[in-house]
Amino acid sequence: MVRQVKQPPIRVLIAKPGLDGHDRGAKIVARALRDAGMEVIYAGLRQTPEAIVQAAIEEDVDLVGVSILSGAHMALIPRIVQLLKRERASDIPVFAGGIIPDEDARRLKKLGVRAIFGPGASLEEIVTTARTLAGRST
Amino acid sequence: MKGTARLPNAAQAVRRGDRRALARLITAVENGDRNAEPALRALYPFTGHAQIIGITGPLGVGKSSVINELIAHLRGLGRTVAVLAVDPSSPFSGGSVLGDRIRLDRAPEDSGVFIRSMASRGHAGGVAIATRASVRLLEAAGFDIVLVETVGSGQVDVEIRDVATTSVVVLVPHLGDEVQTLKAGLFEIADVFCVNKSDLPGAERAEKHLTDLAGTGRPRNGWTARIVATSTSPPCGIDRLWEAIAAHEAFLDAGGRRSEEERRRLAKEIAGRVRDRVGERILEDPALHGLVDRVIARTLDPETAARELYAERFPPR
Repeated sequence: MVRQVKQPPIRVLIAKPGLDGHDRGAKIVARALRDAGMEVIYAGLRQTPEAIVQAAIEEDVDLVGVSILSGAHMALIPRIVQLLKRERASDIPVFAGGIIPDEDARRLKKLGVRAIFGPGASLEEIVTTARTLAGRST
Repeated sequence: MKGTARLPNAAQAVRRGDRRALARLITAVENGDRNAEPALRALYPFTGHAQIIGITGPLGVGKSSVINELIAHLRGLGRTVAVLAVDPSSPFSGGSVLGDRIRLDRAPEDSGVFIRSMASRGHAGGVAIATRASVRLLEAAGFDIVLVETVGSGQVDVEIRDVATTSVVVLVPHLGDEVQTLKAGLFEIADVFCVNKSDLPGAERAEKHLTDLAGTGRPRNGWTARIVATSTSPPCGIDRLWEAIAAHEAFLDAGGRRSEEERRRLAKEIAGRVRDRVGERILEDPALHGLVDRVIARTLDPETAARELYAERFPPR
């Protein structure tokens, strides 16, 4: 076995739940996280909450990022949080990005979503938040 | 940080079918976490029964799509399947985008399938350092078949041969003329050639080149590579692909080849692990730096320096 000289990479799942074909944002975020040294499991379009949670567990990710622009965030994101809980995996933090009105964002945060990024968010901000959520300060 | 504290019980959990414990152990193996070693030792006796099928080939030929169809086919036959999909790590950031999962769709409630993506983390050869140990974990978890997808391979990425019991090289039409098929490396390791996207023009020609290659060469260890044409949208030829793979697996069993091949693979693996450790020790050896000084000063050449140090540390018995 190889000696570990530095911290292992953060593993993050990026997925787009539901019927939503707009994946440019998710791809840009995936690339930014890659360039920040993370291992990004890109699960792609039209995933069900069940498939996302299963991928999170099999891939043993440090965090899950969901991108959603379809307006169905209040149906899909709470379902992901709930399924993670059912799988006793609610220690895996969830963050979200997309078009999510402030009021919904507040409700999602109350349900346990750890961070929500709107259209104005910078990639630096997303990378820094991802590191913090994964429990790495640097 | 993830819960490595739970690892001592991890072996039991993996045997019970706990998917999260399995996933965490794979992470620990990838990270070179020594806390995983007791679990790996405990699980080793439960390995050796699975068929380990390597799926390799250049990037974009449809390895993931072929695997997706193989999963469906094998589930139809009642076999359980684990997939280990390797993608490259960035030489710049160390990060990676592991995108094989997007082509793999299956019922999330099906516990007979387990899919894991793995970054190569700088290891050349088409697989990752952690691939072998991770395959063993998937075997110990009880999966009948482990499909290992390599990174998009170049001509020399042939390490899958040391991991898999059957190596499938996936190609597409128009990759090059027949002289390409004569070159050493990738074309030599195939137990089965899969000509994918066979609905495209040129597929028959590619098949013919490969058939000529397989037919004119001396069979390696008595096996002549099979050639199967497939396509994945809509799926076609996947049953024949599996038949060819299964025929090779049966061939391994029939002539005692399986244990010979296992001996070759394990000897190579253990020697490699020893070599890594020796290399690390030598790098820390104070005598090395004295020699390096002389090599820099051009009073000694690297090969003689290596011989001197080797003779000193490993005196002839």
